Amino acid sequence: MSIFEYNGSAVVAMVGKNCFAIASDRRLGVQLQTIATDFKRISKIHDHLFIGLSGLATDVQTLYQRLVFRHKLYQLREERDMKPETFASLVSAILYEKRFGPYLCQPVIAGLGDDNKPFICTMDSIGAKELAKDFVVSGTASESLYGACEAMFKPDMEAEELFETISQALLSSVDRDCLSGWGGHVYVVTPNEIKERILKGRMD
Amino acid sequence: MSQSSVDLPPKGGFSFDLCKRNDMLTQKGLKAPSFLKTGTTIVGLIFQDGVILGADTRATEGPIVADKNCEKIHYMAPNIYCCGAGTAADTEAVTDMVSSQLRLHRYQTGRDSRVITALTLLKKHLFSYQGHVSAALVLGGVDISGPHLHTIYPHGSTDTLPFATMGSGSLAAMSVFEAKYKEGLTRDEGIKLVAEAICSGIFNDLGSGSNVDICVITKGHKEYLRNYMEPNPRTYVSSKGYTFTKKTEVLLTKITPLSERVKVVEVAGEAMEE
Repeated sequence: MSIFEYNGSAVVAMVGKNCFAIASDRRLGVQLQTIATDFKRISKIHDHLFIGLSGLATDVQTLYQRLVFRHKLYQLREERDMKPETFASLVSAILYEKRFGPYLCQPVIAGLGDDNKPFICTMDSIGAKELAKDFVVSGTASESLYGACEAMFKPDMEAEELFETISQALLSSVDRDCLSGWGGHVYVVTPNEIKERILKGRMD
Repeated sequence: MSQSSVDLPPKGGFSFDLCKRNDMLTQKGLKAPSFLKTGTTIVGLIFQDGVILGADTRATEGPIVADKNCEKIHYMAPNIYCCGAGTAADTEAVTDMVSSQLRLHRYQTGRDSRVITALTLLKKHLFSYQGHVSAALVLGGVDISGPHLHTIYPHGSTDTLPFATMGSGSLAAMSVFEAKYKEGLTRDEGIKLVAEAICSGIFNDLGSGSNVDICVITKGHKEYLRNYMEPNPRTYVSSKGYTFTKKTEVLLTKITPLSERVKVVEVAGEAMEE
């Protein structure tokens, strides 16, 4: 079994028209036993920047705490929030520093940059950035997610349609993966509001 | 929590503190993760006025295509570019690092960078990690002493060649070069040959695919032709799109309104009245 399959996870982010959506499943397991159904994989860095981390749960939490720490230092020094592109470079550098003993997680970063232009990117566990203009996926359900997103994605969707698309893609993909699921957690962010929704999914 | 200075941002270089834990997990039977690789076909050739570099744009994670349009031609200096194959994080990190070192060197010497400087910096770094930094590079550029093309292997050995290919599609591309390369090619002939070599890698090698990127470097001028050729467009998109008849069931909704981001402008020069 791979280390990424120890806890199980699924994270996906999609770009819409001046908005973005980021979604994850909610299961926390120890190999095949489920121990929690409300695990938070997506965290807010600031109002317009979210990071979803898939992989080993302990590294998810440690890495998130490290990144929040670095962002707070940045806010104190620069007196402003970090841009999503800068944050992606920071995460990439922190992961590559541990090239020969890596953090066992794969981040998905989503944010609104200047002019409310949405930005998404994902990385492998050693920080190789992969920028995309449409969607990015990560986790044990990533192969199904690639297929579902490739089929369902349309460019320039509004917030409500984007929510529906990303939810359907997430739920249909985690239904085909034993290690992720037990509902979904979706954030849709536009320049004026953050809408956080919990989805009802199959509890198996 | 360890007592080490974990609060200071690190000085740079690699940190090995998670190695012991990862080894323990591997011994317990959990396989280590696979990294993003750029299966790749990368090529370079010297033509009459300079150097042409070419690359495909597919990034793979095991058998899955992770990125259909990634950039494999990295900037090193205004007159030097480098194509990278192997582990994607390694090629990006090593080319970024040497690019910064070259810029500092330019500020110090006041001269344009030479290709051989970039070559020596890269090979020294890669040799010192004994091949564990898995980056195979094709480095090309035009400096004061003319056009240069080099290949660098992950263990640190280098070759200087008139035409070169690297990556999993290198044999497919090299067959095209060996058949059709001649000295003194013009710009258009060179671009056509590089595109043909990359296409042969894209169509025959499973680790390479998608589009062709080309970079032409001549004395004092460079042209980065991103997606010069797109021989694999996605033609099967349905115009109707997906309509979901059954909506997703939502258990809980929480809306956080965001305040408008206000710009604070300092009003200049209004002195206080006594």
